[in-house]
Amino acid sequence: MRKFPLKGLLSRPLSEAAPEVLGEVEELGIALRQKLGRSLAIRLVDAGSCNGCELELQALGNPIYDLEQFGLKFVASPRHADVLLVTGPVTRNMEVALRRTYDAMPAPKWVAAVGDCARDGGCFAGSYAVVGGAAKVLAVDLYIAGCPPDPRALLQGLLGLLERASTGT
Amino acid sequence: MSDIFDLISVPAPEFRTGPMARHKVSRAEWQLAIDELARGGLSLLSLWASRGAVHMALRRGETGEIGVISVDSRRKTFPSVGVQHPAAQRLERAMVDLFGLSASGAIDARPWLDHGVWGLRHPMGKTSEQAIEAMDYQFLPSEGESLHQAAVGPVHAGIIEPGHFRFTTQGEIVVRLEARLGYAHKGVDALMSGVDARASAHLAARVCGDSSVAYGWAYAQAVEAALGVEVPARAIWLRALMAELERLANHLGDIGAICNDAAFGMMLARTSLLRERVLRECDTCFGHRFMKDVIVPGGITRDLDGEALRRLRVLTGEIGEAFAPLVALYDATASLLDRTVGAGVLSPELAQNFAAGGFVGRASGRDFDARRDLAYAPYDQLEFSVPTRRDGDVNARIWIRIDEVAQSLSLIGQILDGLPQGAIAAELPSRGAAREGLGLIEGFRGDILVWVKFDGRGRIARCHLRDPSWFQWPLLEAVIKDNILADFPLCNKSFNCAYSGVDL
Repeated sequence: MRKFPLKGLLSRPLSEAAPEVLGEVEELGIALRQKLGRSLAIRLVDAGSCNGCELELQALGNPIYDLEQFGLKFVASPRHADVLLVTGPVTRNMEVALRRTYDAMPAPKWVAAVGDCARDGGCFAGSYAVVGGAAKVLAVDLYIAGCPPDPRALLQGLLGLLERASTGT
Repeated sequence: MSDIFDLISVPAPEFRTGPMARHKVSRAEWQLAIDELARGGLSLLSLWASRGAVHMALRRGETGEIGVISVDSRRKTFPSVGVQHPAAQRLERAMVDLFGLSASGAIDARPWLDHGVWGLRHPMGKTSEQAIEAMDYQFLPSEGESLHQAAVGPVHAGIIEPGHFRFTTQGEIVVRLEARLGYAHKGVDALMSGVDARASAHLAARVCGDSSVAYGWAYAQAVEAALGVEVPARAIWLRALMAELERLANHLGDIGAICNDAAFGMMLARTSLLRERVLRECDTCFGHRFMKDVIVPGGITRDLDGEALRRLRVLTGEIGEAFAPLVALYDATASLLDRTVGAGVLSPELAQNFAAGGFVGRASGRDFDARRDLAYAPYDQLEFSVPTRRDGDVNARIWIRIDEVAQSLSLIGQILDGLPQGAIAAELPSRGAAREGLGLIEGFRGDILVWVKFDGRGRIARCHLRDPSWFQWPLLEAVIKDNILADFPLCNKSFNCAYSGVDL
């Protein structure tokens, strides 16, 4: 067991450089962000996704992407969260839970719709059981596209949000 | 009245190459099948409805042959299967919600998928605009002294899918757990009706995100069997290559995540690196980290060149080398084994009775793997073994995964060595007769069943997808009883049941 930490001490870090933030994200106009410093607490609600987006969000925690090095952190309670990530085509069965989670978050707060389903319902749009994209339920500040978005795309989106948060523009 | 076993007589090679026959049975014969399910002579592969009939796919224990039987439900009732065979209960409740049927004799008439917020009832049957009242869901009762209830979900603390767990505990000890699911219900069955085979394939790959390949393959297999399409050998071999890469990635992730739930984070850090390595190689070789949409009815959309084959060979070597010390670490860490050994024991009897697939069944002595027991190409030409254990605890489910990682690495090597040359896709006939097909593929969780019926104009009349977790979720509830509440995450992760896959 000892050889694992030892090897870790003697080798270079596995984490990769952060991806460049895209201009599109920088144009987001959101007020009051300077209050948050360079740290964002994130709460995820899977509002009916196929689990693909969750797998890639989980991957952000692996040593290669190492989300926490950027001050980004998934939190267990909405009471601790600044950002709500929504995945999936918001099912009718999840609509109330999604709304309540958002309501439980303290202001200021932002919503990011992750994946093509959260944008507009994706291939599930039009179903009797689906409300549609996250914007049908909450005001969305950021979209991260992909089916699912890969971890770099996720990081790119979240870092963009963080950058804007710290400059307060 | 015919012997019910005469109707369950299709061997694997037959349904894998041509349309699947379906036998219309009387209520009395349907009842005989239920009796045989309860007795253990038959095991349930799935239970579903279409307009006017209820269907059951069954497998005969002795011979391994399968069959599909149907009973008329035009009068809106059918004899309940769940009343005698509990494994069928939730499938039955889901079907009742979607089609507006009534399962006569059923002891659990609570809705399952319908939470009362769709704005309509019975979306697949005679639809009524009147939604059921968004009712107070009655959880099963527990009686005793000093009982305490804990409600968890549908929004969970971690990055996982939505579902509700209702625990009743006495002190720390779990007396009863009941799950309530359906939160991720997207109406997939309805979305798949009336569309062509290609459009449906896109949906099939999005039923359950971690099993895109297995679902894509099971769906494609059902379509190809129904339409009598012969898929080129190279496409079949590459499908198996993707299926094994998917299994490898998921097992690596699971092994780390289970240990992480026993507060041994280092294992997750290490295995998640290996998982990431696999996913990146999948991206490079197949153009998508989860290889979504590569499998289509008729074949696959992307071929591999020599460079990709070389990369995958390097990958398997590296994973094998890096994984061995992690297995040794698991096996030598007493504090970790202290959590996993003896936790969440599933008895072989229950695993057998529910026909639980995958690592859940195999860790409890159910020696079944669709790749071997309902053999399909190319696995009938490859060497592999199916690991089984009888201890049925969290540790056993970890070891099954560990052994299956080794098997998958070996299978990937064999596929790379033996990959035939040739085309990667066959044309689908644009129109054909009204025919039915069955697909059965071993995903990383267990066997996935897809049944598809074409309407004669090349469109899908009905497609039913049955996730392995239908027969695993209820067992998790049995397993957690008498364990401490704090061991639930550990037991739950060792099952790793699908939510979206069963909610559809």
